[in-house]
Amino acid sequence: MNRLGPVRRADERDIMVDLGHERPQVPPKARNASPIVPRASISGRALVAVVAIMTFLASMTTGVVMLISASATEWQSEVSSELTVQVRSVRGRDLDRDAEQVAEVVRSQPGMVEVRIFTKEESAKLLEPWLGTGLSLDDLPVPRVIVARTVPGRGLDLAELRRRVAEAAPSATVDDHRAWIERMRSMTGATVFAGLGVLGLVIVATIISVSFATRGAMAANRPIVEVLHFVGASDRYIANRFFRHFLLLGLQGGLIGGGAAIFVFGFSESVATWFSGTPVGDQFAALLGTFSLRPTGYLALAGMAVLIAGITALASRRTLFSTLNSIE
Amino acid sequence: MVRFENVGLRYGLGPEILRDLNFAIPAHSFQFLTGPSGAGKTSLLRLLFLSLRPTRGLVNLFGNDVSLLGKDEVAALRQRIGIVLQDFRLLDHMTTYENVALPFRVTGRDESSYRKEVIDLLKWVGLGDRMDALPPVLSGGEKQRAAIARAVIGRPHLLLADEPTGNVDPTLGRRLLRLFVELNKTGTAVVIATHDINLMDQYEARRLVLHQGRLHVYE
Repeated sequence: MNRLGPVRRADERDIMVDLGHERPQVPPKARNASPIVPRASISGRALVAVVAIMTFLASMTTGVVMLISASATEWQSEVSSELTVQVRSVRGRDLDRDAEQVAEVVRSQPGMVEVRIFTKEESAKLLEPWLGTGLSLDDLPVPRVIVARTVPGRGLDLAELRRRVAEAAPSATVDDHRAWIERMRSMTGATVFAGLGVLGLVIVATIISVSFATRGAMAANRPIVEVLHFVGASDRYIANRFFRHFLLLGLQGGLIGGGAAIFVFGFSESVATWFSGTPVGDQFAALLGTFSLRPTGYLALAGMAVLIAGITALASRRTLFSTLNSIE
Repeated sequence: MVRFENVGLRYGLGPEILRDLNFAIPAHSFQFLTGPSGAGKTSLLRLLFLSLRPTRGLVNLFGNDVSLLGKDEVAALRQRIGIVLQDFRLLDHMTTYENVALPFRVTGRDESSYRKEVIDLLKWVGLGDRMDALPPVLSGGEKQRAAIARAVIGRPHLLLADEPTGNVDPTLGRRLLRLFVELNKTGTAVVIATHDINLMDQYEARRLVLHQGRLHVYE
């Protein structure tokens, strides 16, 4: 026989525990205001720092590679549309006359835009770093240099030019800088390759860091995950609750790292502009060309930030599902 | 509704702690699961709740062979089962209301569709003025009632309770039992794991007694 009386759920007076009016009757807010996974439970600051650093490194690498690539292209296009003829001094021949004759030969070659013989003063300036100032070239057997600018993209008959130049002055040599351009090309290729390598390492390091952070967060929140399982939440639902946090952390890190990289490039560009015209600025420009990224370059930096944030999110999602599989 | 056939369970390479379990839990039934401490009551509840898989035998739940279920299907089945654990397992960062509303929230239901229901149930279990309190400030009895409310809010087909009166005084224990009985009358099959003889004496019901890994059923 049952000794328990019936309970009518509809009747609010028949509550299990009558608390009377001892407790203050505060009007309840009773709303779902708390996140399923508390943000404070995920040690986000360290992860944001890691993602920011990784994004900064990736963006800097991308920017530097783009800068070098652009400068190399600039040098190559300048140099490849130029050729130099050296006329050496030979006993028994008039160097100035030889130079004039060679210049005429070069001028008459189809595809030439401008042909100019370097003056003695210009040649002296070229040798200044090695021989010092106040040099009199008359005392030295310094070759004369003829610089010719060609129509860009138009193929020159170099063999014919060489033959004709040799006829005009046997001691003259024609240099179209091809070997130097090839070296430049391989150096640029190596730089891009190294940049890609660094990017690859940064991405792998990001994935590993994020996986560790995700596992840590899941371990710290295991009781929550278990309760969510108890109440019938699917793995996808649980993963999405964590995923939001990691996506946000990734975006924060990406924004900080990418923003810092954009600032560094923007600042360097301003510094280069301030110093342009000064000896330091000229040296810098000679080495790196115009130290400025095109708008597409800045777009690439922003793209890096998005990429790293995306990798953070994907790596955490993958770890979330594999960890959830191990929790019943 | 639930059928166990020759079910055995062992942890790792250890001895079999549940052996040759053959029993059924019919719909709308009420039963106590009892036995001495360490007899395997909690393990059996975990088998019923699909948080453990048997090492042998067949477990059929709501017409599904549990060994064939994927994780999503398990999650869907768990929505038809309510569970009250000894340690309550309330989420400390959520209010009592949010804890009780959790089973609805995880299914993606709009809050307006269940808010009144949650508030009514909280009032009914005597937590009407504790809806916005966080579990750490609730008393043991209040936590117990919140955990029970969370288990029953979704009107489960099967309610499992592990020592639901273990942390409360006899008066509250009696009231909690009344809640389970009332829930059973609305159609929920109830399994209460307890070793509290006094509690079982208060209500005549089927008893499933675990002893030395085997189950004895007393109708």
